[in-house]
Amino acid sequence: MKLKGDIMIKQKIQFVLNGKSVEVAVKPNTTLVDVLRYQLKLTGTKRGCDRGNCGACTVLLDGKSVYSCLILAPKVNNREVLTIEGLGEPGNLHPLQEAFMEHNAVQCGFCTPGMLLSAKALLDDTPHPTKKEVKTAISGNLCRCTGYIQIIEAILDAAERNAKKGR
Amino acid sequence: MGEAGKVIAGGTEVVIYLKTRRISPKYLIDISDLKELEYIKENEEFLSVGSLSTHSTIEKSPLIKKRAHILGDSASQIGTIQIRNMGTIGGNLANASPAADTATPLLALGASLELMGTSGKRVVPIETFFIHVNKTILQSNELLTEIQIPYPPPNTGAAFMKIGRRAAHDLSIVNVATTVTVTEDVCKNICIALGSVAPTPIRAKKAEAFLKEKTLEKATIKKASEIALEEIQPISDVRASANYRKEVSKVLVRMTIQKAIDEIER
Repeated sequence: MKLKGDIMIKQKIQFVLNGKSVEVAVKPNTTLVDVLRYQLKLTGTKRGCDRGNCGACTVLLDGKSVYSCLILAPKVNNREVLTIEGLGEPGNLHPLQEAFMEHNAVQCGFCTPGMLLSAKALLDDTPHPTKKEVKTAISGNLCRCTGYIQIIEAILDAAERNAKKGR
Repeated sequence: MGEAGKVIAGGTEVVIYLKTRRISPKYLIDISDLKELEYIKENEEFLSVGSLSTHSTIEKSPLIKKRAHILGDSASQIGTIQIRNMGTIGGNLANASPAADTATPLLALGASLELMGTSGKRVVPIETFFIHVNKTILQSNELLTEIQIPYPPPNTGAAFMKIGRRAAHDLSIVNVATTVTVTEDVCKNICIALGSVAPTPIRAKKAEAFLKEKTLEKATIKKASEIALEEIQPISDVRASANYRKEVSKVLVRMTIQKAIDEIER
């Protein structure tokens, strides 16, 4: 969006990103996915269709799954964002990440960050989901490789493991 | 700011319009931090829904379930979870898509809209709100602030049904919402609203008039669904042909009336 005769002034926003407070100067017409990837260099969040269809850019905003390609960056000011980089780390994976690996729920990997975050939002809200609830929860995330079956099984398995751990 | 400004709430439409250059406003006015417009509460005469309530909130609200379940049914079928977490009911209405899923239940429920402007506020019936595709009576100095849903009289049933190409993430090919009040087997009042079959969501008033004071037997309902066809002007587009929309409209009108009646009898 270019404005004739106007300069789009960057504005400072401050938000909690993966548990840490960050401050970044953004153009008000930049989307969150671009700030994450190009300014903060967190490339785990994928930019797929850029139109709110594919779900690859899914992040959690105040705990709720949203498409970061449809969020203008100033909107996250004073709010909390979780990206895939904040879900687990090498050596200390989130149970969902472990389950995805064990069930071969990853092929090309492009949809995986978004899938994991949609799955996390589901399990935070509904720790013991039915298969149908899992399917609904990931219906906003497209996967062109796996056929979804392994992903659904992985999420159900992670929920079961959580139950055993009493979480 | 007048016409140079564009109001943005959830952003699920406006941001796409910006990216595709369908609109290029000089200023965006983000109202999504106006927490005072995010509420669902019961008043004496009606249920008030703040315009910034998201589809997710409406879908899960026990008050909506109790007082206006067809609105919750429609909200639960919009887009995907991510879209429902972002999109607001006010945005869905103000965007004025012919396929707006929350418009038909609100038409069938006889809702009113509160519009707040720099020169005061006005409350208008939702029937007068939509003018054309993406056009409403909202002035550039006005915001849609509240949706007011009257409580239905006793013996009223309601139903909402939507046909899309698939369950998730699709716009309605046709959606229909019907409310019906029946006393001693006679139809005392009926509202049939259809979406995605005309430039704006519409009421099938001829079909409604035909059914009033009649006993709602299968043949009568079938006749009404045929009358409703005279009142719609669907177009062919990427989602469906006009003929398909006509066929589906007929079926959905019939099915929503039946479902609404069944609800009273339960």
